[in-house]
Amino acid sequence: MAFWIASSPHNHIQKSTSSLMRLVILAAFPGVLAQWYFFGWGNLIHICIAMITAILCEFIILSLRDKKISEQLFDGSALLTALLIGVCLPALAPWWISVIGTIFAIAIAKHLYGGLGHNPFNPAMAGYVMLLISFPLQMTTWQPPLSLMEMELNFSNTLTTIFTGFTLDGYSVEQLRTTIDGVTMATPLDTLKTSITMGLTITEATQSAVFGEHFALGWEWINLAFLLGGLYLISQKAIAWQTPVSFLFSLFLCSFIAYSINPDSSASTMFHWFSGATMLGAFFILTDPVTGATSVKGRVVIGLLAGLLVYLIRAFGGYPDGVAFAVLLCNMSAPLIDQYTRPRTYGHSKESS
Amino acid sequence: MTSQSPAVDNNDVTNDEQIKNTANFDEYKELAVQGLWKNNPGLVQLLGLCPLLAVTATVTNAIGLGLATLLVLLCSNVTVSAIRQWVPKEIRIPIFVLIIAAFVTCVQLLMNAYTFGLYQSLGIFLPLIVTNCAIIGRAEAYASKNPVKQAAFDGLMMGLGFALVLFALGAIREILGQGTLFDGANLLLGEWASVLRIEILQLNSDFLLAILPPGAFIVMGFLIAIKNAIDNKMKEKSAIVEDKVIERVRVNFDS
Repeated sequence: MAFWIASSPHNHIQKSTSSLMRLVILAAFPGVLAQWYFFGWGNLIHICIAMITAILCEFIILSLRDKKISEQLFDGSALLTALLIGVCLPALAPWWISVIGTIFAIAIAKHLYGGLGHNPFNPAMAGYVMLLISFPLQMTTWQPPLSLMEMELNFSNTLTTIFTGFTLDGYSVEQLRTTIDGVTMATPLDTLKTSITMGLTITEATQSAVFGEHFALGWEWINLAFLLGGLYLISQKAIAWQTPVSFLFSLFLCSFIAYSINPDSSASTMFHWFSGATMLGAFFILTDPVTGATSVKGRVVIGLLAGLLVYLIRAFGGYPDGVAFAVLLCNMSAPLIDQYTRPRTYGHSKESS
Repeated sequence: MTSQSPAVDNNDVTNDEQIKNTANFDEYKELAVQGLWKNNPGLVQLLGLCPLLAVTATVTNAIGLGLATLLVLLCSNVTVSAIRQWVPKEIRIPIFVLIIAAFVTCVQLLMNAYTFGLYQSLGIFLPLIVTNCAIIGRAEAYASKNPVKQAAFDGLMMGLGFALVLFALGAIREILGQGTLFDGANLLLGEWASVLRIEILQLNSDFLLAILPPGAFIVMGFLIAIKNAIDNKMKEKSAIVEDKVIERVRVNFDS
């Protein structure tokens, strides 16, 4: 008789991949709802397109690779990737943007590297960065919050804009983004960047309507909703708290230093926290168990590095937001960080390990 | 008797020649297979990746660089092989490099004179053919040890293999990136060639990834994967044939 000898830990949480993925998708709901409230149907339509593409793509590749289709197709990882891509895209981007992005994420960033668990880069962010580099025009035509728009943008209008480029009344995306004064509206981060390069101070720049009353009209609530979902994930122990906490701390520290040195041309710390993709990146993307660091110390280092990179790209880089680039760079450095932050094995001294 | 012996001799000579010819034919066939498929400089040796990835954004650029490399490879192989008896072992690499550089200069001046537009669009990658390891690799590995004829054929086949990979990469990247084929062929072939331009896909916006170097890496990876897949298929087929042979032997043994 042979004993089955397993190494510690002996007490497992019997969680499957699919239940974890379902939990993460569930936790993203408040953020998606907030996005729908402030920016309309665009992102929801993109999420649907991306999910259909992801399932089809996953099915084709799993059958090509002779894998168990029924088990892996609905494990939720492809759906989560599609959801993240749909959330990241500009709401009025054409439909093929999400199709190409999802195919790249699933087929190249995930399956060519060996499938779920073997991918060195977060598939959703790899797809997003690919889109951002390949189609800069479509990927930067951000739509202003609904309350600032001149034209009413209902579901059917959004649908026709995504599929044909024009609303039912024949307005183009460019016209939708333009205010009554003929000024094209961008995201708060984008506006801030262009205003500072034009020589305006922060106080002057934030007079623009896209900043709203607090930090960034609409975006602050979306970020708060993602923060809420992230806290729920941490309370369910679905993600480790170290990564988001150190990421937010690092971003806070960087922007605080810049703000105390030069308050005229650096945005406030809370603006950095509550605009762009900060909270989405902190709780839903950086915490990816496959591509992040595995040790506790490593997660802290990854978070600090990501915060620094996001701040540097936002303040000095060519793109208004840098979460996607920062995540990919951190994914790249995760194995090295893991190598140098190996926890001490119990019973061994530090020197020998 | 006397009249017969020369005839016999003649027969012997022709037989010898035939044997020699068949041996030569096999050798040339092997060289061709090696250069075009089994030991392709682009897909298997992965030599000269820098120009391969940098200039294959369009078919025209790819063909231009492929032809230039082919010409240099052919000439350098012939020269290296012709002077192989007089080259001291110790300083052979500098000599090879000088020979290659001379031919690259010739090609560069020729392209500057006759295909100026292409010369400009290839830019630094034309003089950089000097440092293409595929060329010096052939000079070192084959041309410096074999007679002129074989070396010339080897250079031709290796160059063709390299040019074909460049062509495939350029075609895929141009179709994905701009939706066209042979855009700007007039730069290479003269004014009449502007009719060659084919519009395959109607793209509203360029797919920049395919045009930028990362796209070249990804497409190159797919090409290598396809080649390996074909090789595996062929191996499986030959393995099945061998199995059948073994079965027949067993049947014979039992009966």
